[in-house]
Amino acid sequence: MCLGVPMQVINVGDETVIAEIDGVRCEASLLMLSDPVTVGAYVLVHAGFAIARIDADEAEETLRLMREAFDDEGSA
Amino acid sequence: MRFQEEFCDPGLVQGLAAALYRESADLIEPLRLMEVCGTHTMAIARFGLKSLLPPQIRLVSGPGCPVCVTPVGYLDHALALAADPINLLTTFGDLLRVPGSVSSLMEQRACGADVRVVWSALDAVALAAQYPDRRVIFLGVGFETTAPTVAAAILQAEQQGLDNFFVLTSHKTMPQAMALLSADPELRIDCYLCPAHVSTVIGGRAYQPLAEQYGIPCVVTGFEAADVLQGILLVVRQQQAGEARVELQYRRAASWNGNQRARQLLEQVFEPRDAEWRGMGVIAGSGLQLRERFARFDAAHQLPVSLPVSREPEGCCCGQVLTGRIEPQDCPLFGTICQPETPVGACMVSGEGSCAAAWRYGIQ
Repeated sequence: MCLGVPMQVINVGDETVIAEIDGVRCEASLLMLSDPVTVGAYVLVHAGFAIARIDADEAEETLRLMREAFDDEGSA
Repeated sequence: MRFQEEFCDPGLVQGLAAALYRESADLIEPLRLMEVCGTHTMAIARFGLKSLLPPQIRLVSGPGCPVCVTPVGYLDHALALAADPINLLTTFGDLLRVPGSVSSLMEQRACGADVRVVWSALDAVALAAQYPDRRVIFLGVGFETTAPTVAAAILQAEQQGLDNFFVLTSHKTMPQAMALLSADPELRIDCYLCPAHVSTVIGGRAYQPLAEQYGIPCVVTGFEAADVLQGILLVVRQQQAGEARVELQYRRAASWNGNQRARQLLEQVFEPRDAEWRGMGVIAGSGLQLRERFARFDAAHQLPVSLPVSREPEGCCCGQVLTGRIEPQDCPLFGTICQPETPVGACMVSGEGSCAAAWRYGIQ
């Protein structure tokens, strides 16, 4: 039930955005986000609401740390 | 899709699995890791992650599926409301097939009750505006991820001056349940994978008392294959270092403080109450009820109905499955009379239930 889907914002309205994943589009309320979102940004959509913005820099950093967990060993 | 595919990359997953094998080699006792989120349960089963883990790591599922922990009495209450033709019930789809004491919402619907599946609590508010002569009742089930969306819907109904919108609330909060499990010596929980989307709302900070009081490492972990393996690696490292703190693996969406706006919505509309969890009994302060100012939206108080004496299905072990005491296949009903088409207990119904996951993806 806590399912959250990472979706890309394709249209920004006053209180809602249209977000898309794999060609499926839905409207999501912005009531739970403090900062404005822009077209192209990624948000987590849960039960008709954007509940979090997905931070691309943090995602990259997480991927880097994941690789580091085994790359270090491989090169040691 | 971005933020999904790259976290399921086979090379990444294999690399992390190898790192886990290497870093767990010195563990003397097996580590018992509990996940308390239905989406984790499903992800672990869907990706077959247990087959990638070293024998020193044991994954057990906790009470992470909101539909599964909702007591039968709540379903019976919803069914009693559905029996009145003036009432229009709205719900998320996963509650539809959960058996009450004698029936389910889906069966009631087949008998003529007006039960509709909505995508958002706001859709239920729109239905209330569309049908002013009906009483539109939203079934408010879910953890901290979902409860703020229901709070927002109630505020919207208030703003629109609707007097025919109601919520039957059974919202629950996770840290109190985790505290109860942590204190149970029989369960011997060594570490937690904390629920990712609950944590986007309440923040990693919410688990700090658990880590401090019970000495249990907690890692807020995402839902893709590499996320889960990295989350496990982080708790193993804490365990090896003799540490117990809260870490954020799911940094791309969850933060230390959570979603302030969502927390404000929760605080404005709800207040804590004691709540009954299936299989765990009443847990102090683990539920949410509407504040006095919003009492007119409370279906339980505004729309009295006579309720039957509720009873759990005979032989059903959902309660023990939900607390990690037994595995789904240890229940004598699993796969015999309890199957997804003919579910006896909620854990076989919900898309996030442990039994549904074990049935669908096989026992690992």
